[in-house]
Amino acid sequence: MSEDVATAPEPDMRDDDAIIRIEGLVNRFGDHAVHDGLSLTMRRGEILGVVGGSGTGKSVLMRSIIGLQPFSEGTVEVLGQRMGEACNDEVDIRSRWGVLFQGGALFSTLTVAENVLVPLREFYPKMSEELFHEIACLKVMLSGLPAEAAAKYPSELSGGMRKRAGLARALALDPELLFLDEPTAGLDPISAAGFDSLIKELHETLGLGVFLITHDLDTLHEICDRVAVLADKKVIAVGTIPELMKSDHPWIQEYFAGPRGRAALSSREAEKPASREPGEDKHPSAKAMDSNPGSKA
Amino acid sequence: MTASAQFTLEDQADGAARLVLSGRLIVSTLSPVEARLRAVEAASTIEISGLEEVDTVGAWVIYRLSRDLDAEIEGASPEAQRLIEAVKDTPDDTQTVPPEEPLATKVPGEVGNAVLGGISGTKQALAFLGAVVMAIFRVIRNPSRLRVTALVRQLQLVGVDALFIIGMMSFLVGIVIAQQGAVQLQQFGAEIYTINLTGRLALRELGVLMTAIMVAGRSGSAFAAQIGTMKLTEEVDAMRTIGVDPIEALVLPRVIACVLMLTLLGFYSSVISIIGGAVLGQLALGIPFVTFLSRIKEVVPVLDLWVGLIKGPVFGLIIGMTGCYQGMKVEGNSEEVGLRTTKAVVEGIFMVIVLDAFFAIFFSKIGWL
Repeated sequence: MSEDVATAPEPDMRDDDAIIRIEGLVNRFGDHAVHDGLSLTMRRGEILGVVGGSGTGKSVLMRSIIGLQPFSEGTVEVLGQRMGEACNDEVDIRSRWGVLFQGGALFSTLTVAENVLVPLREFYPKMSEELFHEIACLKVMLSGLPAEAAAKYPSELSGGMRKRAGLARALALDPELLFLDEPTAGLDPISAAGFDSLIKELHETLGLGVFLITHDLDTLHEICDRVAVLADKKVIAVGTIPELMKSDHPWIQEYFAGPRGRAALSSREAEKPASREPGEDKHPSAKAMDSNPGSKA
Repeated sequence: MTASAQFTLEDQADGAARLVLSGRLIVSTLSPVEARLRAVEAASTIEISGLEEVDTVGAWVIYRLSRDLDAEIEGASPEAQRLIEAVKDTPDDTQTVPPEEPLATKVPGEVGNAVLGGISGTKQALAFLGAVVMAIFRVIRNPSRLRVTALVRQLQLVGVDALFIIGMMSFLVGIVIAQQGAVQLQQFGAEIYTINLTGRLALRELGVLMTAIMVAGRSGSAFAAQIGTMKLTEEVDAMRTIGVDPIEALVLPRVIACVLMLTLLGFYSSVISIIGGAVLGQLALGIPFVTFLSRIKEVVPVLDLWVGLIKGPVFGLIIGMTGCYQGMKVEGNSEEVGLRTTKAVVEGIFMVIVLDAFFAIFFSKIGWL
């Protein structure tokens, strides 16, 4: 499997397995094409990391998938529905995914609890106030925030807490699919590691599919099932990290085998024999301290 | 696929009730049964093996029932069990809204805050004024500190770009004054005094006042919004750390541009108003255009021009300072930018009108009638 996976945007997979399917995506800004014939498939219930140098259009790709960025050509299918066409399905597709933007994008005039309830009130306005209250507490707890944060306004929270609050809102509707745009960028290594284990935990308990844009090598090693590499306006490779490291593409080599990539890898291997039990993920802070790139590589 | 969740209460032999849940207990199907589930008063076991689908919210509802009714959960699938484990630590007794004060303490509290806010606001405004004055002295001592590029840019934004709209407005206002004046004065057969009315009113009051209102709306708001956004994105802090004084770099060019341009625009506005009046005189009153203009020279004392020219820079200073001050006070979130921008315009216009009244009394006392 290793040889072909690491070289090609794989043409297809079993139909029912794909949660996101992108074919021949073209995004142009004026004369400049950001994506030119990009294809990518994400399987149900996996954590797919997306990496690429600055300006390779990772965020544009995410925005194309969730329908914020009208694309020029190609097809994007999410949860079995074609994007870019009028959505007249009875279950609105937007109730089935959650999005965490880079800065959290919390509504600044609402408290954290009210932020979490915005999607719920939008989709299920008939729920009782008691249940709204309980769901708000539940999601705040799931996202790892202390209970008293629920009544606070976004401006009273730290950057890491704001991201967790954004995650709580993204989880509000119990989505099948979660989009995360650089969730650990700008966090200190301890918070970043905490966020990683939180995402992995949620992935395991809730069976979430996670589309994860990141520059954080530790995050990639720690939680991603597969990694897609964006370069030359395409997805040049998709696969697990060992598979990717066999690729001879210079950017991939430099990314994973460069000093930071090696540090992240070795710290992961050092830790492996000790404690790699599933569900036992609340520990990686120590190893993250010595190697975490912190933010954008 | 949208089958809702259902439940039944079965009485058992030993008298305890058995709550049987079935269907899909997920966030989208929950609301019809939720209220009735909450009303269940007693059950000893909760049977959930019939559930087709559960999510975190469903798991929470099951857990809450079992906790509140002190009931056993039976028949949980591994996934359901895992979800229940994940949600059961929810602190659902936390306050999710900021605590609200009782009215008895809230009203005096807010009055007190308003008073203190007023006092500290005045202090801050004075401090800001002082900082600007000091910056002006620094620039006077060392004129190379003046940001010429920024100043020229602001002169264009505040002045040149406003020429069309202010000209248009003044022309129309001139027509209206002349027309309304003529209607009244005709009753005494004195419509020739329309010229006096239009000329004096335009130069003394209306030109500069209308211009001030327009500049407050166009530029005062822009100052507050620009500087406010720069505060939010920490650009102002970045300037300070680099050693650039934001008062010198941001505030001075804007205030100076406002002072200079409001003076010029006020005069320009008066002139256009008079032309508007003259056009109406020609068309409706039978006073030839050229006669109207030459009469203006005779009936309008030059003091009126000075009154307008003295008021212009003062109004400009107030509008520029208010806009920049409100912008510099932005803190916290983007909503504040909107609030401060509104405040800049409202307070700017209000202070201009108050000051205009003072000027009217002042000039009449010193005999500049």
